[in-house]
Amino acid sequence: MTRAVTRSPQAAKRTESTDLATPGRGLSRRGLLGLAGASVAGIGLGVTGDRVALAAAATPGAASASAVYPFYGSHQAGIVTPAQDRLHFAAFDVSAGVTRAELIELLQDWTIAAAAMSAGQDIGEYGAVSGPYDAPPEDTGEAQGLPTAGLTITFGFGPTLFETADGVDRFGIVGRRPADLTPLPHFPGDDLDAGRSDGDLCIQACSNDPQVAVHAIRNLSRIAFGRAALRWSQLGFGRTSSTSTAQATPRNLFGFKDGTANIKAEEPDVVTDQVWVSAADGPAWLAGGSYLVARRIRMTIETWDRTILREQEAVFGRTKGAGAPLSGGTEFSEPDFALAGREDRPLIGAAAHMRLAHPSQNHGTKLLRRGYNFVDGNDDLGRLEAGLFFISFQRSPTQFTTVQLNLAKHDALNEYIRHVGSALFVVPTGTPDGSYVGAALFA
Amino acid sequence: MPRVIRSARLRSVSLLGVGLLGVGLLSGCVANTPAGESVALTVESSADGCTVSAAETPAGATSFSITNTGDQVTEFYLLGADGLRIVGEAENIGPGLTRDLVVQLAEGSYFTACKPGMTGDGIGKAAFTVTPSASGTVVNTDTAAQVDTANENYASYVKDQISQLATGTDAFAIAYVAGDDDAARALYASTRMHWERVETVAESFGDLDPKLDLREADLEEGQDWTGWHAIEKDLWPEHAEAGFEPYSADKRAALTEQLVADTATLDANVQELSFTLSQQTNGAIGLLDEVATGKVTGEEEAWSHTDLWDFQANIDGAKVLYSGVRDILLEADPDLASSLDSEFASLQTLLDAQRVGDAFTLYTDLTPAEIRALADQVNALGEPLNQLTAALVL
Repeated sequence: MTRAVTRSPQAAKRTESTDLATPGRGLSRRGLLGLAGASVAGIGLGVTGDRVALAAAATPGAASASAVYPFYGSHQAGIVTPAQDRLHFAAFDVSAGVTRAELIELLQDWTIAAAAMSAGQDIGEYGAVSGPYDAPPEDTGEAQGLPTAGLTITFGFGPTLFETADGVDRFGIVGRRPADLTPLPHFPGDDLDAGRSDGDLCIQACSNDPQVAVHAIRNLSRIAFGRAALRWSQLGFGRTSSTSTAQATPRNLFGFKDGTANIKAEEPDVVTDQVWVSAADGPAWLAGGSYLVARRIRMTIETWDRTILREQEAVFGRTKGAGAPLSGGTEFSEPDFALAGREDRPLIGAAAHMRLAHPSQNHGTKLLRRGYNFVDGNDDLGRLEAGLFFISFQRSPTQFTTVQLNLAKHDALNEYIRHVGSALFVVPTGTPDGSYVGAALFA
Repeated sequence: MPRVIRSARLRSVSLLGVGLLGVGLLSGCVANTPAGESVALTVESSADGCTVSAAETPAGATSFSITNTGDQVTEFYLLGADGLRIVGEAENIGPGLTRDLVVQLAEGSYFTACKPGMTGDGIGKAAFTVTPSASGTVVNTDTAAQVDTANENYASYVKDQISQLATGTDAFAIAYVAGDDDAARALYASTRMHWERVETVAESFGDLDPKLDLREADLEEGQDWTGWHAIEKDLWPEHAEAGFEPYSADKRAALTEQLVADTATLDANVQELSFTLSQQTNGAIGLLDEVATGKVTGEEEAWSHTDLWDFQANIDGAKVLYSGVRDILLEADPDLASSLDSEFASLQTLLDAQRVGDAFTLYTDLTPAEIRALADQVNALGEPLNQLTAALVL
């Protein structure tokens, strides 16, 4: 048995039913960074310790810390999973000269490492501190003693994986490219930085512990050296959406509740209708997958902060305190867009963010939003480099395009935000135990 | 000195958790109310009642927290002793919502009333008494005439600037169509200053603003690009992307024809404009926001790099707006006026340092330290300037 699967009764049970000797179940040679050994090594609990067990003892009763979401399943985790508090999102470019077989090998290595980390285990044969004394540790080690804290690792493929900008089909998959996987159009006001946009591959790591999320991206990047390199990455703190009715609605850096009307995991019909690609949508390999849109939205919060409360509420169309629609009620009351106030003007103005983003204004379109606040220090003008790292999952990119075009043209919020990064990825369906992420694409 | 004043003001806000900066000018007001005397009252506006939690309060900062328990949109009014003059109001409160009204009240007799449905005379009109406060100087001033004068003066200023814009645009158009690019480039920034001085007013014409002042990045795919910046790119083609094709004579003619026609429409539209006090104070704030988001970052003039002309013009416009209400502010909040005087002057000093004859340094020739100093001073001015509406209008 591998060291990586001896941690909990559940994990052990899963291990017994799996053929660990199958090639590809362990990290490839490249993934092991030159360390010898395939996929078997018995390093037990007594040697390196079980992160989940140790952490559970350290933080009794902390549900957010002890949450474990299995990597293997019918859909990828990290989509309808209750939004964790922290994010590390990374986009990669596949290195020059990498073959189809080497790309598959990378995805296999990433799968194994992601499954181990999702279960609260170190990666590799020996983990962080138990390997040969004269070799660098396989696991970088900063997550030792930390709980999984609900870690999910979600993989996606960008348009350029299928075909480069120059029209090169590096991996023999251009024929399997989904028709909807074309770069997003230019939206009015876009001020995109190529260095913060696009990518061949993406990994979304979410956790309730920032170091656990960073540990995941750091180790997956390391595994990829020579095969894929980081193009850009983004840290996020403070989820800005709820994806479960059990979660309170959080606030964005403008101080408003965000994502009140988001798609929730408890609405399976809506999730099926709006989030998952169906077999009929095509292509067949993508059934059960989704499309991920990432937008780095910079906020000019210094200007916002000196904006009068009346305008702040008018811009959003909600009260800043309770988050109720300006047409009345409480946070979850349906907005009444027709209800007029003084001078017969609607209480929720024509340019209010909430009105323009509402499904009723977008042909019923909904997005599953999973964004995070970010503050990356400050810029040269002494302004906080702050904003919202917007992430949405949808059955088709058209859903995002419809809503964003409406917002980009009319949203009163545009005075205070700027979209500076953009990426679209297709997210393969869940990975069955024993397979690897995206296997259907290469089958 | 101004910085000390400002930080003291901010501290008083955070201590009390409410904005104390509102001054009920039109009713008489209390200056320099010490922190800690704010009184919080609640109001329930129901379908058939208007219940205030107390019928009297000491003079000073008073916060009414109005909850609409009815099923219609409601309004709350604080009226003067004559039962007519509006001292403070909170409008557009949706069913179930709570909104706060913060006012500075002088000793005297008042009335409270609610207006569910926003029509009729209101209901639940009740006497409300403001008793003497231990401290605080009462200032009673009838400022209505001053406000009217400020409003009229600003309307005249807007008309004058747009008129000069129209004249300048005609001359610019002639040079550009004739292919006299040097003359057109020389007129570009100085003509646009008339637009930028009253930019918030010009932008209020939602159909004209995008036709006249849209930046390329703000275009929607497939949208026609017209206006100043489309021409700017053609006049400074060396800063455009590789492969940029200079415009044909026909395109130049079409762009200028449109520019002249749209400017003439704007000129006609502003003749009818009048302004309220809050439109003026918010206009000043809006102009400074334009500086903070577009000019100090060098994004407005992507090819000509004449951002400092726009910067100066926005500040000119904000200064005119401030000067128009300064006399009123001197009585309402002399500390704020002093702070604004000082911060405007500091910003102008920084801008003057970049003057080169009748021109300014190009944005791309500014050092990072110079840009940083301008940005910092915009923030320093922005914080007190954005208190202006609350200080004058409530």
